[in-house]
Amino acid sequence: MDKLKSFTSSSLFLPIVALAVLLIFNGIFVEGFFDIQITEDGRLFGRVIDILTRSSSLVILSLGMTLVIATSGIDISVGAVVAISAAVVCTLIGGRGDGAAETPMALAMLASVGIGILCGIWNGILVAKFKIQAVVATLILMTAGRGIAQLLTEGQIVTVYYKPFASIAGVIPGMPLPTNVFIALAMVLLVVFVMKKTSIGLFIQSVGINPTAAKYVGINVTLVLFLVYAFSGFCAGVTGLIESSLIKAADANNAGLNMEMDAILAVALGGTLLSGGKFYLGGSVIGAVTIQTLTTTLYALGVSADQLPVVKAIAVIAICLIQSKKARDLFDKWKSGRSAKAVTADAKAVNKA
Amino acid sequence: MKKKISELIASKYFSFFVTVILFAILYGVGIGMYKGFMKPQVFLNLFIDNAALIIVTIGITFTLLIGGIDLSVGAVLALTCMVLAWLLANTGISVFAAIALVLLMGTAFGAIQGYLIAKFDLQPFIITLAGMLFCRGMTAVISRETINITNPTFVAMADFRLSVGAGFVSMGVIIAIIALIVAAVVLGFTRFGRNIYALGGSESSASLMGLPVFKTKVSVYTISGFCSALGGIAYALMMLTGYNLHGMGMEMDAIASSVIGGTLLTGGVGFIPGALFGVLIQGVILTFISFQGTLSAWWTKIVVGALLCVFIIMQAFITEHKSKLTAKSSLEENS
Repeated sequence: MDKLKSFTSSSLFLPIVALAVLLIFNGIFVEGFFDIQITEDGRLFGRVIDILTRSSSLVILSLGMTLVIATSGIDISVGAVVAISAAVVCTLIGGRGDGAAETPMALAMLASVGIGILCGIWNGILVAKFKIQAVVATLILMTAGRGIAQLLTEGQIVTVYYKPFASIAGVIPGMPLPTNVFIALAMVLLVVFVMKKTSIGLFIQSVGINPTAAKYVGINVTLVLFLVYAFSGFCAGVTGLIESSLIKAADANNAGLNMEMDAILAVALGGTLLSGGKFYLGGSVIGAVTIQTLTTTLYALGVSADQLPVVKAIAVIAICLIQSKKARDLFDKWKSGRSAKAVTADAKAVNKA
Repeated sequence: MKKKISELIASKYFSFFVTVILFAILYGVGIGMYKGFMKPQVFLNLFIDNAALIIVTIGITFTLLIGGIDLSVGAVLALTCMVLAWLLANTGISVFAAIALVLLMGTAFGAIQGYLIAKFDLQPFIITLAGMLFCRGMTAVISRETINITNPTFVAMADFRLSVGAGFVSMGVIIAIIALIVAAVVLGFTRFGRNIYALGGSESSASLMGLPVFKTKVSVYTISGFCSALGGIAYALMMLTGYNLHGMGMEMDAIASSVIGGTLLTGGVGFIPGALFGVLIQGVILTFISFQGTLSAWWTKIVVGALLCVFIIMQAFITEHKSKLTAKSSLEENS
């Protein structure tokens, strides 16, 4: 019983229950949802694997977002940075019909991740150095970013015919799963390792809880903030690579569209408070998979991509209300008010008898 | 002399002066480069093309003044256009009833957002970001295709032109001007306006002074919702369609206009005429790009982003300068 209680009050409770509900729903209504087949060349194949593959982008983004939110900031530019990074890698490799690359792929990949970091650094300077509110600072790049991506691709959708490019989000022969799953896994392990082995995680939490106190303790608040935003940019850069490889093209208008919202949703679902402080990387990862499952489920139900936000918006508000301390207080008050009423009613009944 | 300059920089209206001067310079350069800028109609077109943005900016200025933000404005505008077009195309209700209905819808939406933010102490940006997604999604739920507005009364309203001097203005401009005057009076000369500034200056102080914090917060977001819906009507008058992608990124344009016009993002400082000039500067940049002819329209976004950035950084410096100034003067008083 105690174990159950500690589980329901743990941060992982909400995302795991949400994921379980979605999976059960899918298991009942979608035929063969849990079937996993192995193809002749040793590749795993099935709907669950598909969701896992598709959610790798979101997992990577929500890693960066978790750290940013833990410092009580926010990065709403990630979607636009994904578009920029996708535009960079695709224009560098080039859309030549004969399938040759104009720039070596490794160089193009480095450049696109680099531009992601650069965007993150820009956000970091605005937030950490100039002390601009995070929403507004990242709003600049959110809007201007798609414009920059459009300029890079000259308003065209650049399609890449260079074969190896597809393998970033595809299967390398002999591997059981697509490469992006491994990239996501590596990123998660890297972040967990850094958090476990260094005290940067503690620094991030202290900055999120009280920046002034953190400063007096001797933490370099500016540097912590700066690094966090740069890392978020790095995550967005990697996601841009995966997203562009997935469709083998750079679409400045649609690459990473609404992804910032999904990432925020994943982090909030994972139990990290949007007001900063304690953060849960595991929760965010499960949250990201949950959001991707929700998206896939809704697509299967025939909801179109541009109608999807309605459901997600309601989910965001619901999660915010669950997290809100004030809402909980009000609920407790209401509950105790009711039980008090019940007690008096009982007392009355006893008196009558 | 040095003291005077330093006082000028610390003045509430410094950003506003910079904006007006910048506008005059930009317009002057325009006249120098292209003869077309001389025509009075080009100036009036700044208002005609940006009527909706002016109205939306008024609403967002209210939210920025209390230190909040409203990211849902562009999406509410799109939803308003869409609902209006749908009502006029599929039901028999009169134009004015339809307009009243969409205004009510926008106002109610703003009120709900305000209630959630004020009652449960939630961050405004996350609630209004959700509101933005919700409205965009709802627009797509109503129709994924463009709906044209063919109602004769509405089209007649759209074609209405009021001649001013050597040019003319449209219905949207008249709505925008009325909204500007009302907003300026409310902010400058009413108790409600003073409450907004007090709340933006410091929420805890305002609460300790016994000001109605909850009511003011909800009203501010309600006003923003109403302005977005009103802006939606002005937008529909210009476009005569309802479409899912109307007003994409308008929240950014509106915030930029307000900030360029001297509204402090931390709240408490800002006024309506500044917001108007913020919009006009963007209009001039757009006119430049269309006169130039070869630049991509995407440059507007980038230039506006850069301009916003410069003004925000300028604000950061001004705030620092001010706090130094007050620290210095209090030191002098003490000694």
